[in-house]
Amino acid sequence: MAFLELKHVSKGYRSNGTLTPVLRDIDLSIEQGEFVAIVGYSGSGKTTLISLIAGLIRPDIGSVTLDGAEIRGPSPERGIVFQNYSLLPWLTTYENVYLAVDQVFRNWSAAQKRAHTEKYIEMVNLLPAREKRPAELSGGMRQRVAVARALAADPRILLLDEPLSALDALTRATLQGEIAKIWDQDKKTMVLITNDVDEGILLSDRIIPLTHGPDATLGPAVPVEIPRPRDRKAINHDPHFKQTRHQVMDFLLGVGVKHRKTVTRKLHLPDIEPEDLSYGKPSPFSLFRRGPLRSKEFKKERVETET
Amino acid sequence: MSKNRVNIDWLVLPMLGALGVIGIWTLWSSMPGTNLPSPLKTWEVSKLYVVEPFEKRGELDQGILRFTWYSLVLVAKGYALAILIGTPLGFLLGLSKMFAKSFDPIIQVLRPVSPLAWLPLGLVLFERSEPAALFTIAVCAMWPTVLNTAVGVRSVPQDYINVARVLKLSRVKTLFKVLIPATMPYMFTGFRLSLGIAWLVIVAAEMLTGVPGVGGFLWQEYNSLIYEHIILCILTIGLVGFVLDRLMSLVEARFKSI
Repeated sequence: MAFLELKHVSKGYRSNGTLTPVLRDIDLSIEQGEFVAIVGYSGSGKTTLISLIAGLIRPDIGSVTLDGAEIRGPSPERGIVFQNYSLLPWLTTYENVYLAVDQVFRNWSAAQKRAHTEKYIEMVNLLPAREKRPAELSGGMRQRVAVARALAADPRILLLDEPLSALDALTRATLQGEIAKIWDQDKKTMVLITNDVDEGILLSDRIIPLTHGPDATLGPAVPVEIPRPRDRKAINHDPHFKQTRHQVMDFLLGVGVKHRKTVTRKLHLPDIEPEDLSYGKPSPFSLFRRGPLRSKEFKKERVETET
Repeated sequence: MSKNRVNIDWLVLPMLGALGVIGIWTLWSSMPGTNLPSPLKTWEVSKLYVVEPFEKRGELDQGILRFTWYSLVLVAKGYALAILIGTPLGFLLGLSKMFAKSFDPIIQVLRPVSPLAWLPLGLVLFERSEPAALFTIAVCAMWPTVLNTAVGVRSVPQDYINVARVLKLSRVKTLFKVLIPATMPYMFTGFRLSLGIAWLVIVAAEMLTGVPGVGGFLWQEYNSLIYEHIILCILTIGLVGFVLDRLMSLVEARFKSI
């Protein structure tokens, strides 16, 4: 049995009495120590997927298990780095990380907790910003605090929900490097949600595309067999990188196109029938007058649908 | 140039405005048949109370700041009561949908009731004038705190709550580490508005109960036909209210900057 397993998971949101399906029939298994990237369009239900694993929401159908135990609610053993950092703005860097440490290692001494907090702040190179509040930090620094907070709680699995998508390209590259380094040191199980295929390939062991929502489901996993450490400049010329990229992109773009087709369908016409007065203008002397044409006479239309 | 501009905006224009009002006041008081004292006369009659603001010459004859002090103490007590009741009530309204649905209508009905209506009920309930005044201040000043706190609690971002959930913070810890700090700016807006109302209510409460203070003094001087002191009291009440509001917005700004 895999470390993290999602079996036949479906999830929808109910609003005004109608159920909007978001995820359908998700099957996913992740081994311990594995780094899996899930890529998909924005709005395809990526955040819903990570919230399911985090336990913030429960699936409508199916089961989510970690190490064989059903996930019934959120817990610090599944650390999560949110897209919008989610730091508490009234706490300093140190206090934000300490909040997690204090909560998870309750029976440690104060000195132990302090040392542990500082170790993780140092790990993300933020010791100079130890006493600063999130508002005084740049986006990249904030996300580092969020990573430190998640890791300091010593989670069994780390969930990264588009952690870098709000950052500029350069900061993004730096942080990608740092995430790769952290994974290399800790060999923690990580799930990265992203909309950037290159980022997914650069960091992960396996990259899985998520189809277009609503009703999104996972596509076939593509293993990334590029030796680590991966060099982000050299990787662009790696034939395996290109091949992986193609496979993922083809799937993501392919399903988008395949699902678009035209159908001819019967129309339910309204009671009020607009009349086409221009049709067959009758001559005033004609004996067989043809009246105005009722639009009801066209009973079919061609439409493009997404199914 | 820009410094001159600031001087005009902050000094010259307000002074022109004040002079205009004093001008109208002078004109009105010089009309035949009016009881309105002129600005000069007001100053002459009030001078003793202003230059010796803390003097106590008798129970009903004290310096204006001494009266103000009595009023401030009473307001502080009533206001503290309003905050102590209003904040938890706001939290309950914000946290529990059921509680909100049960009590929102009654709050909407009680909120617009005038202090003049509450005071007699206070007298019936407590039978003495000071607790009745406190009751009136608390009941009237509570609502902005209640409603702002409730709105603040409802608008705590889901992200912060998710952080608390992922860390499995206890209910008490979630309240003190997440909900209260996140609601703080809203709470302080409520506190500031509440203080304004508390100060508004004090005059009415003192007038009706005869508790010594700036409002009681105002009513007593009206009965003694010393109309100059009415104006003195109005100006004092206004200035004190203004200063209180400024002070509270300084505190509020400190909490909003976080």
